[in-house]
Amino acid sequence: MGKATRAAFGDTLARIGAVHPRVVVLDADLASSVQTRKFADAYPERFFQIGIAEGNMVGIAAGMALSGLTPFVASFACFVVGRFEQIRMSVGYNNANVRIVGTHSGIGIGEDGYSQMGLEDLALMRSLPNMVVLQPADAIEAEKATEFLADYIGGPAYLRLTRQNVIDVNGDGYRFEFGKGVELREGSDLAIVASGACVGEAVAASELLAKKGLSVAVANIHTIKPIDTDLLGRLASRCGRILTVEDHGIVGGLGSAVVEALAETPDVVVRIHGVHGYGESGTGAELFAKHGLDAAGIARVAGEFLASSTGRANA
Amino acid sequence: MTSVEELTQIARQLRIDSLRMIHAGGSGHPGGSLSAAELVTCLYFRTLRYKPGRPDDPARDRFIISKGHGVPVVYAALARAGCIPVEELGTLRRIDSRLQGHPDHVRLPYMEAATGSLGQGLSVALGMALAERLDTKHDYRTWCLLGDGELQAGQVWEAAMAAGKFKSSRLTAIVDYNKVQLDGHVKTIMDLEPLAEKFAAFRWHVQQIDGHSIEAVLAAYDAATAEPDRPSVIIANTVKGKGVSFMEDTHAWHGKAPTAEELERAITELEAA
Repeated sequence: MGKATRAAFGDTLARIGAVHPRVVVLDADLASSVQTRKFADAYPERFFQIGIAEGNMVGIAAGMALSGLTPFVASFACFVVGRFEQIRMSVGYNNANVRIVGTHSGIGIGEDGYSQMGLEDLALMRSLPNMVVLQPADAIEAEKATEFLADYIGGPAYLRLTRQNVIDVNGDGYRFEFGKGVELREGSDLAIVASGACVGEAVAASELLAKKGLSVAVANIHTIKPIDTDLLGRLASRCGRILTVEDHGIVGGLGSAVVEALAETPDVVVRIHGVHGYGESGTGAELFAKHGLDAAGIARVAGEFLASSTGRANA
Repeated sequence: MTSVEELTQIARQLRIDSLRMIHAGGSGHPGGSLSAAELVTCLYFRTLRYKPGRPDDPARDRFIISKGHGVPVVYAALARAGCIPVEELGTLRRIDSRLQGHPDHVRLPYMEAATGSLGQGLSVALGMALAERLDTKHDYRTWCLLGDGELQAGQVWEAAMAAGKFKSSRLTAIVDYNKVQLDGHVKTIMDLEPLAEKFAAFRWHVQQIDGHSIEAVLAAYDAATAEPDRPSVIIANTVKGKGVSFMEDTHAWHGKAPTAEELERAITELEAA
């Protein structure tokens, strides 16, 4: 198990702060949790404690961005994206270079339960026309995504991170390419398209399925918007069936993005696998198992999908 | 320097421009443009430091109209100050116009931030004031015009609390306290009083003035600029629909365009005053 993506984000921010004088960080009383404490200690004049007032924090960040700074606004995904009206108006519509960072995404956070779980954030952030949406799968990808966002000046961006440690899926020499999905495992019976904490589980699931003689591709979508339509098209034509897997509600997240991208692609069936209903307390591992987002659960859902009557293989 | 007499004339012109624009556009908010005419005039023709043609000048003073529905009077000021063509005022709210119904920063960079979803402008203005502190090359002030109705939104007070904490002396808020909002009188909808005490409690320098007195507005802007270590708020007592008898102090003219006949009567009154 590797580091949490929030930890890699915080370490990276503190490291690159020296060479990015325009980067500022805003906090709503969660610096230890969202891991911006190291940046705050290293660059106190560029760290702004706003208190528990996320809407105000988003607005202040917009004003800073419109004045030439690159603000990172970090909180739990549900709290910061919950200020959707402020994000839409002050950040999105102004095309402000604000980086909205939502940590503690999904049921993977565990014991704190639903009130602290970001389960609708991708749906909301994807809906804004100029919002870039990134979700790294592991620590090195979170590091590269953070570096990318410090340099990016194309408008607003959302970075979705985990509280919990995640499985490393990328090697040390990993090169992050914005907008490009990564095919981690090749296969031809089914393609699992995953993002964030579910990518490592999906790779493990593909290995379980390989033992049953199934050839399952696994693609990591770190850039959910703009999504890699070329890769999705290739997977569709090769496999005919795509299973999307994410720790997010089943409406509006990665699954929806994949379906939207393939809406005019013939001969492909997509099944969306994610979180149904509201979240709940438990350990993150227990919740992943209960909701079928661990390797065994993903393998089970993939097997059911392959055995079902939908899709090209049975046409 | 523009004289008080000239500023009075300009304010009258901005009122006439605003009503003409709203009439031509077929919709808009006359009441809140008329109440803010002196406040906006004194900013654009005396207090703000900016260069027409250079909305991206990093040294410019920033002005955000948080009460975005009052933007016609700001468009009029931009036109009369030479930032946009006067003829363009006739495009208000029309398809493909830069003069959107509420301010659009991307289409018209002279508008420092998009507003119209009430309660957000002061946070954005505070962000600009905080950015100025990190800017070692430029030295600018940020001004924010708030409606009274929008002070009912909690975010305004989040921003007020934060500006007090940060001692943002380069931030000035102006409240266009015209006492009327869309549904009726502010006092009956959700009373703001005691208003001065609220800002003072959040550690702001507070002035209460007659927002239709050019002398009072200029003096307040100077005092706000001189305040060394606190954000400053000017609570400007104004009259909704000021200058047009049948539009004054009524919510009926919060968001309605005058007919050709009403426009003519209004202009006659404004020119006679």
